[in-house]
Amino acid sequence: MDFAFLTDTFLRLMAALPLTLEVWALSVAFGALIGAGVTWMRVSGNRALAAIACAYVFVFRGSPLLVQLFVIYYGLSSFPAVRASVFWPFLRDPFYCAVLSLALCTAAYQSEIFRGALAALPFGQIEAGKACGMSRWTLFRRVVFPIALRQALPAYSTEVISMTKATALVSLVTLWDMMSVATKIRNDTAIVYEPLLIAGAIYFVVNAIIARGFSALEWRLTPHLRGRPA
Amino acid sequence: MLEATAPALQVEGMRKRFGKLEVLKGVSATARVGDVISILGSSGSGKSTFLRCINLLETPDEGIVTVAGETIKMRKKRDGTAEPADWRQVERIRSELGMVFQSFNLWSHLTVLENLIEAPVHVQKRPRAECVEEARALLKKVGIGDRADYYPSQMSGGQQQRAAIARALAMKPKVMLFDEPTSALDPELVGEVLRVMRALAEEGRTMLVVTHEMSFARDVSSRVMFLHQGMVEAEGPPAELFGKDCRSDRFRQFISGQAQKA
Repeated sequence: MDFAFLTDTFLRLMAALPLTLEVWALSVAFGALIGAGVTWMRVSGNRALAAIACAYVFVFRGSPLLVQLFVIYYGLSSFPAVRASVFWPFLRDPFYCAVLSLALCTAAYQSEIFRGALAALPFGQIEAGKACGMSRWTLFRRVVFPIALRQALPAYSTEVISMTKATALVSLVTLWDMMSVATKIRNDTAIVYEPLLIAGAIYFVVNAIIARGFSALEWRLTPHLRGRPA
Repeated sequence: MLEATAPALQVEGMRKRFGKLEVLKGVSATARVGDVISILGSSGSGKSTFLRCINLLETPDEGIVTVAGETIKMRKKRDGTAEPADWRQVERIRSELGMVFQSFNLWSHLTVLENLIEAPVHVQKRPRAECVEEARALLKKVGIGDRADYYPSQMSGGQQQRAAIARALAMKPKVMLFDEPTSALDPELVGEVLRVMRALAEEGRTMLVVTHEMSFARDVSSRVMFLHQGMVEAEGPPAELFGKDCRSDRFRQFISGQAQKA
């Protein structure tokens, strides 16, 4: 075992971790916003909006993320109109393209999770809110959202965790994330396993931390599912 | 002053149809302040729908609801059915009508105390400390003062229903609406809920109670309404309806049927 090489590899991979986390955090956050919007369209009661939302989920959930990423990064730039638009400074940058495509993709999954949580809301508890005079907004803020959040959390944590792994794809659009660094080391040294295994271990630890965070949150939000107060 | 003479609740000519089925065919009722009206009827008679149309959990197709002199403004939609003209007004009037559901419908993620202060704090915008103090007194009153920090799922059905009654009372409602409050309870838990309701009746609360509890209707209520196929088939003080001179054969049949079940 070459400890100097392992340490060096580990440090180089760790140096790329911030970029991986940045792509992950931004795409999850924007995905949540877009996903919330798609869910709202889906349950709005307006048929046209609901159809658009359905089509969105159908496309982004049904096609490979890698295809979406390549279409956005390599495909869009082939249109002169895109290159002339105000979005070009963003769309020419692989970082924004990566965040955009990951966000669009996770938004489709997240909106399905939100929709499921809303569909499973206990109807009686909503009626109880209406019956005591809550406005639509108060009802959403005080009853619908808190209950839906608790319903969505387990599935949501899975989606968030799968997104850290999905960030590895951005290495294919020239971003220096952990996966690119691992590949570079592998190509430079012809040592195959160590960089990949170390990168895999770092992803694993990051996900373990995220999973712990979500279970702590879930624990805090669901005292009603546990025993009586002492 | 209008308030002094106005009935606590007045409903005139309420109609409601679900598709082809006409559930309410023009039902009227008046509750003066302090009245306890038991609404009886076999299943499908429209009694729950009638109650739910009063606070617009269902929208009545026709009919006028007036709470303490204030009439809920309705307007006609193009298809001929009605809708509230002013949701703000509906929300305000709902906050003056305390509703108790068959299945309690306490908010499962909140403790009992949080359930009680939720609407006083977030709908009536009253100071939290004051609401908490009142809520504790109400819980003591319904006999679950030691359950303030329990979640609904940690209590028996009877305790949950008493908490739900306290939650409705916390809004200081002008009228209490009970929708079959004991129907989801195990028989041995019915008594504790009825005792609370009886105590409320005795302190002069205005109550409309959809129920199958004949003893409550006979002994506690000031008036009884018997619905049959969406219409008021019989109505009057319990002594009259439950007495020998009751003119409605259907009501006599109904109570003898209920007696056999008990």
